[in-house]
Amino acid sequence: MSQVSTSPSMAALGVSAKPERRDIGLRRRYAAERRFRLFGMAAIAFGLLFLFLLLFSVVSKGYTAFQQSMITIPVEFSEQVIDKNNERATNPQKLVSANYPVVARNALAKVLGVDEKDRAGLKAVNGMISDSVRTQFRDMVVANPAIIGTTQTVTFLAHGDLDSAFKGQIDLSVAENNRKISDKQVGWMNTLVESGALSKHFNTGLFVNGASSRPEAAGLGVAVVGSLYMMLIVLVLSLPIGVAASIYLEEFAPKNRFTDLIEVNINNLAAVPSIVYGLLGLAVFVNFAGFPRSAALVGGLVLTLMTLPTIIIATRAALKAVPPSIRSAALGLGASKMQTVFHHVLPLAMPGILTGTIIGLAHALGETAPLLLIGMVAFVADIPGTPLEPSTALPVQIYMWANEAERAFVERTSGAIMVLLIFLILMNVGAILLRRRFERRW
Amino acid sequence: MSISLLLLVVAVIGAVGYFIGSWRANALAGGKLSNLHSRPGYYGSFVALWTILPAVVVVFVWVVASPVYISSTVRAGFPEEVKAEPQATQNLNYNMISAIARGFKVLTAEEREALFKDGATARDVLASKGVPVAAEPAPYMLKSADDLNRMTNTSSTLLSVFAIAVAAIGAFFSYRSIAPKFRARNRVEGMMLVGLIAASSIAILTTVGIVASMFTEAVHFFNMVPAWEFFFGTVWDPRFAAAGATASAGQFGLIPLLAGTLYIGFVAMLVAVPVGLFAAIYMSEYASRHVRSVAKPLLEVLAGIPTIVYGFFALVTVGPFLRDISAQLNGLVTGNYTNFIQAQSVLTAGFVMGIMLIPYVSSLSDDIITAVPRALRDGSLGLGATRSETIKRVILPAALPGIVGALLMTASRAVGETMIVVLAAGVAARMQLNPFEPMTTVTVKIVNQLTGDLEFTSPQTLVAFALGITLFFITLCLNIYALYIVRKYREQYE
Repeated sequence: MSQVSTSPSMAALGVSAKPERRDIGLRRRYAAERRFRLFGMAAIAFGLLFLFLLLFSVVSKGYTAFQQSMITIPVEFSEQVIDKNNERATNPQKLVSANYPVVARNALAKVLGVDEKDRAGLKAVNGMISDSVRTQFRDMVVANPAIIGTTQTVTFLAHGDLDSAFKGQIDLSVAENNRKISDKQVGWMNTLVESGALSKHFNTGLFVNGASSRPEAAGLGVAVVGSLYMMLIVLVLSLPIGVAASIYLEEFAPKNRFTDLIEVNINNLAAVPSIVYGLLGLAVFVNFAGFPRSAALVGGLVLTLMTLPTIIIATRAALKAVPPSIRSAALGLGASKMQTVFHHVLPLAMPGILTGTIIGLAHALGETAPLLLIGMVAFVADIPGTPLEPSTALPVQIYMWANEAERAFVERTSGAIMVLLIFLILMNVGAILLRRRFERRW
Repeated sequence: MSISLLLLVVAVIGAVGYFIGSWRANALAGGKLSNLHSRPGYYGSFVALWTILPAVVVVFVWVVASPVYISSTVRAGFPEEVKAEPQATQNLNYNMISAIARGFKVLTAEEREALFKDGATARDVLASKGVPVAAEPAPYMLKSADDLNRMTNTSSTLLSVFAIAVAAIGAFFSYRSIAPKFRARNRVEGMMLVGLIAASSIAILTTVGIVASMFTEAVHFFNMVPAWEFFFGTVWDPRFAAAGATASAGQFGLIPLLAGTLYIGFVAMLVAVPVGLFAAIYMSEYASRHVRSVAKPLLEVLAGIPTIVYGFFALVTVGPFLRDISAQLNGLVTGNYTNFIQAQSVLTAGFVMGIMLIPYVSSLSDDIITAVPRALRDGSLGLGATRSETIKRVILPAALPGIVGALLMTASRAVGETMIVVLAAGVAARMQLNPFEPMTTVTVKIVNQLTGDLEFTSPQTLVAFALGITLFFITLCLNIYALYIVRKYREQYE
């Protein structure tokens, strides 16, 4: 523009030069424009940076949790230690209460060449063995008492501190007194590694074991089963109820006070803090109806109430997306209102409903606060057989481990978070695939 | 017969009813279905519904009512001196009796007879069968337990007979009413509609349940602690009651908790609002389709991550990082390497919560900004405004009510957030303005007061419900106000 107005031909025609002020501020305005745009990019970058940091922090701390250090050595199930006076025939309790950690300690001491009189040495050796050998060896011996007096090659868990040291998580440059593992133990560890006795195995215990105060023996088994029960209960209850409620509100409800009330209610319930549902569950299901505390059933019911609004909102959107022509055609062919909805509208809305349900379930799977209140913060060592038995849930287990003081539990916690996130990713990917595969554009 | 078996039997009768009903309708049609008012399946469903529904109602009512009746009868049979004891003791006794009754079921008849002759060994005998009993039972307890078992058995038999009879009667009469002109479809659809209405009333029931349950418990609490001491008290010191010590009155001041909640929420909004708003503006106004299709879902991943994960992130990563960096900064400036930011602090919790809230702000505002009509943008750009001027002067004012509504909803989420603050904010209830020190929130205290063993009689436990109802009303008001703003100031385009 400015070029046109200042061209000689224009000047010759007597057109006045353009006013000077027209360009004033343009540079400033463009700078503001660039700045504004930059802020937008910075905001997105900030969000993504912290997403990345969060995932990185969890994965970098947690990936080692999927491996566990195990010691494989020949163990002599010495009669001296287990049953000195040979009274196992008369007193079956003897085999249950025998001092199995000593069996493991002696075996390891023998491999490391520690003298049986060296008390300090034996104590250090004992510090390399997980206390879980007590149950492991007990179960072996009780199952087959014939192994007493023989020597078997056994694989058992190393102590959590040894595990951390082996994975390189303990800073060995710190003064010996200030770390959990002594120089002597580190030396032994290296010997064991060289001889192949100490090695990392895939950590099946993480997925199978129940609660334990020893990090190396603690697992998610109870939590996974408890979460599974709860998800089943949520699915079985909230899908039919949610779909029924949405069908009524979307297809049948007359516009009146009552339906208005329901509508406002559902919108509000979707925004009620989850912890309030926990209080509701505690007061109604546990205190009033007398359901057992810590049970997956109560957790499932609470999560159902919490998930219902989400599912109802998603289902209504899916029903609304089915074009009215479908309804008109069905009604025109003589179908009743109910037949129209159940034979034509609902099947067409199903992909959207299922997507919403999966997302609601994923949300319920990660919910912690209401479960804390109904007593799922429990030390449960045995996998629950029914939803009425005490259990924990994945996020609650994460919370409990996050509160543990021991260093090795940080690794466990991050590992558990990874397991939880993997479940959530699977569910969300499932929802996306479902939507891609069955979504229709009208 | 156990309840599940009974329900199964009823369901089987219902299924049989369905087939007989449809078969009967087919037979009546005489090969020409147009003789019937409805399709045969509807006649079958009609019979099945009338078989199953009344029986299920009977089972439900019985299951709720019979334990109450049995317990009152058993208690009526207590000796007079036991009846004179306080209600709590009687409840304990009754619990023991139920335990003994459970134990009796695993004993053989002879063992039980032996117990009645010589009650002294009852506890050991029961313990050997894996049924622990709290104390050595008094003689009347054995008799009461026996009564209890007998009555439970009778009740269960009666229920089975009664429920099956009701199912059969329902099946019979509904079967009798089948006729070609019988409007089975309308009847079945009517019942379905009732079911649909019932399902949608659950939303109302939930709200009623929330308000009623918290309200009753909160009223108990306010009977022990005056309401004004709770709402206006500035000291939070509940003093967990030691066993037996009744005189340990704590102080339950809401104000420090509320201050912490609002402070942490404020810090979170300071992070989430600018970042979320700018992200939404960039994505809806500047970003190419390609960038948008990648960045938007990625940002929304932040909303899908469970809050416990954020809590852990704050606890092990952000908190220690802020603490160490503050020590370094302090050392560089003053030479004194002590940290001035605590690992658990308002800043840690607020910052991480802010990150969690980014996607809420951004996706809500994104929708609202995208809903502003194209014509407004084009008009502004056509008049020579730059994009950012269009956004600032045209789009944001047009979208303002929606955005304010979105921010209020986000704020209500910040107030109700639990796991991040439980792990990262600390438990010390105090009022101060330093964001680098720990403070605590309403939600943290609800969790603290209700984890562990509970008695529903002490103010230490019941205060959680008073806190809960406060929280419920704060979030409710925020949400209703948000809706109100959106409705009142919404620009109507076209």
